[in-house]
Amino acid sequence: MTASNFRRMGAFLAAAVGLAPTMAAAQQSAPGHPQYGQIGLQPSVTPIMDSITVFHDGVLMWTISAIVLLVLALLVVVIVRFNARANPVPARFTHNTLIEVIWTVVPIVILVIIAIPSFGVLADQMTTPDGERRYLGANIFSFGDVEVPAPALTVKATGEQWFWNYEYVDQGLRFDQYILSDEDRQTQKPGQPRLLAVDNELVVPVNTTVRLLVTAAPTGVIHAFALPSFGIKVDAVPGRLNETWFNARETGIYYGQCSELCGKDHAFMPIAVRVVEQEEFDAWLTAFEGGDYTAANATLAAVE
Amino acid sequence: MANAEAAHLEAEATGHDYIAHDPDTPRGWRRWVYSTNHKDIGIMYLVFSIFAGVIGAILSGFMRMELQEPGIQIFHGLAAMAYGLDGDSAVDAGKHMFNVFTTAHALIMVFFAVMPATFGGFGNYFAPLQIGAPDTAFPRINNIAFWLLPPAFLLALMSMFFEGPAGMYGSGGGWTIYPPFNTSGQPGPAMDFVILSLHIAGASSILGAINLITTILNMRAPGMTLHKMPLFVWSVLVTAFLLLLALPVLAGGITMLLTDRNFGTTFFNPQGGGDPVLFQHLFWFFGHPEVYIMILPGFGIVSHIVSTFSRKPIFGYLAMVYAMVAIGFIGFVVWAHHMYTTGLSLDVQRYFVAATMVIAVPTGVKIFSWIATMWGGSITFRTPMLWAIGFIFLFTVGGVTGVVLANAGADRALHDTYYVVAHFHYVLSLGAVFTMFAGWYYWYPKMFGLLYNETLANVHFWVMFIGVNLIFFPQHFLGLAGMPRRYVDYPDAFSLWNRVSSIGYYVTFVSLLIFAWVMIEAVLKKRRAGDNPWGDGATTLEWTLSSPPPFHQFSTLPRITTDAH
Repeated sequence: MTASNFRRMGAFLAAAVGLAPTMAAAQQSAPGHPQYGQIGLQPSVTPIMDSITVFHDGVLMWTISAIVLLVLALLVVVIVRFNARANPVPARFTHNTLIEVIWTVVPIVILVIIAIPSFGVLADQMTTPDGERRYLGANIFSFGDVEVPAPALTVKATGEQWFWNYEYVDQGLRFDQYILSDEDRQTQKPGQPRLLAVDNELVVPVNTTVRLLVTAAPTGVIHAFALPSFGIKVDAVPGRLNETWFNARETGIYYGQCSELCGKDHAFMPIAVRVVEQEEFDAWLTAFEGGDYTAANATLAAVE
Repeated sequence: MANAEAAHLEAEATGHDYIAHDPDTPRGWRRWVYSTNHKDIGIMYLVFSIFAGVIGAILSGFMRMELQEPGIQIFHGLAAMAYGLDGDSAVDAGKHMFNVFTTAHALIMVFFAVMPATFGGFGNYFAPLQIGAPDTAFPRINNIAFWLLPPAFLLALMSMFFEGPAGMYGSGGGWTIYPPFNTSGQPGPAMDFVILSLHIAGASSILGAINLITTILNMRAPGMTLHKMPLFVWSVLVTAFLLLLALPVLAGGITMLLTDRNFGTTFFNPQGGGDPVLFQHLFWFFGHPEVYIMILPGFGIVSHIVSTFSRKPIFGYLAMVYAMVAIGFIGFVVWAHHMYTTGLSLDVQRYFVAATMVIAVPTGVKIFSWIATMWGGSITFRTPMLWAIGFIFLFTVGGVTGVVLANAGADRALHDTYYVVAHFHYVLSLGAVFTMFAGWYYWYPKMFGLLYNETLANVHFWVMFIGVNLIFFPQHFLGLAGMPRRYVDYPDAFSLWNRVSSIGYYVTFVSLLIFAWVMIEAVLKKRRAGDNPWGDGATTLEWTLSSPPPFHQFSTLPRITTDAH
């Protein structure tokens, strides 16, 4: 099968499972935090989260729903047709080789079909872009057609009890990110969600690949850096430097929360990433070079 | 016969019964404390499990009350009451206390509620009966295996009242007890109590496993080859091997944790050249087989119930046997699917994705074989059958979300969220616990010689079925939307499904009260059960005995000529 055929098959499959609305929705503005009553994944702003969304919503959800409905239907049939009133004399059969082969082989086939995009989605997540490699994005049944530039910025996130420290590695600049207490949030950033709003967001440029190194304080405990709308989750382990990457296509503030139990304030060390235009980022970085984080933040547009 | 049963029931109350004929058999409290009788020990395991399960359920009730609304609702108050703190220090202590409750809930449910019920209780009571053995191979080991559990449980409970992190009480590091949070993060003695509790509970399980493996391999009635052995006995045999091979690894891991904490070793401390992730490998090498330890005996129970009430032999007996063996074997080689976010390399993740998905195949064989057993049957929907059918459906739901999580690519979004909480409660709280109730209602007449009110018991089933689904189904939504687990407070957007989940808890709690009433009613009414209340579908050997069975059965060994399963 040629690459283009394969891609066409992918497009067909995507359309067949009704993905068009999902993919269109992904183009719209993402709020960056969960919504009241939400029942699905948070909207995506990165190629990685695009592929997770399509893989989950388009492949896994349909497959597992079909399996559950099949089992439910079989149970209903059995209950209706083979209850003692409908069928007073039980059959005595105990074997049927054909059906046993079928229910062994068909699940294997289904698992193989799941595995094909699964391995692709996984490899994308685990491979930092070099500028050459193509990524799957929303078209998970392809060989990859999304171009992602090599990282232009490296940020190191260190989990501490109970806050995050960020270092712009090449610039040698660092700052801490703490949760805003509810009183401070209401006075400083009233439009931002409770438990997610922080004092200093991590500022990164839009449409730029950011290499993210994640670790924890050497004497500290394990945390996990998670950002749902980026499709990122990496453990911050003392003594280890884990690497991941993201390339956000929309400006805005995106929130995540610590995702490895780390003590009493585990629920109170959110993660907030502010994605801004390149010029805004440059101005911000220049202001930050003196080391004054507050002055740098003042250059950014006010947050509602 | 009826007279003998009546005499027995009367004797039960006074502690003197048919065992009075045997002058060597201890009576009164000695009958239980000194017990070497597999049935008495089985009953003790079941009673212990119910006791521990109630405590575990109450702990989760506090958690669901806390999570009913955003903000910290009750735990600062609990901390204020327990420790006499107020203001911010009460809030801080309350946050930690929530973690202590999640930790204790998990440890209690896993080690002191589910395992003692399915393996210790039903395994001890019914595996010897179903193979036609007079007792287990090592009755004294059986006694010590049970009596190690109460002190282990006591240590786990006591841990909640000793210092954990500086200035706070209890171990709040989760049942997975990952270092460094459970070494340097909680220096107080609470964590050492947990470690010793796990050591003792593990020793208990290893002894129980040795006893049942030896019993099953050596004491089957003449003519009962392994391939004629009832499926429940097979499930216990596979479970025993999992216990025997998995628990020593846990024991090693937590011993290293103990020496890291107290004796200056650095197995898991990077500052001394150790690695925190090593502990996760050791823990999950035990932890993944552990989840099959909890569910496999349930598979066996459900097979018998489905066959009994369909009045039809089990479909695909050999496939059912080897599906369990395969699940047990593969269960040992998939552990790092709990660790996709720790920084495993791409190739390692690929392997664990592939290996994990393979488990879906034998599991599917079991689900479909149960349905095929019912197919063509003449089904009566007695209480145990309701639980069994409920189990098949809910285990399917929990199983397919497991397939989702097996994919490291998708797990990236779901790891450590409520999606995982929903998944493992569907296979455990709705899976294993449903098989426990199924087994309890199936064998209650046999164990106690009494019939329960089936209408009431059916009400228990339906209320609990609705309740647990209300608790756990919305948690899938929370997980997909990104709510992390083990959170005492959450962003307001998650409030709707948390509220529904908490309402589900209250419904489930009512179902437990109904269960209590079913049991009280059965004891008060004293409706005598015959040898076999379930009719010709119940073909295993325990139904050939009186209800309850004599103190020592099969003094003349039964001879197996046909397929008993």
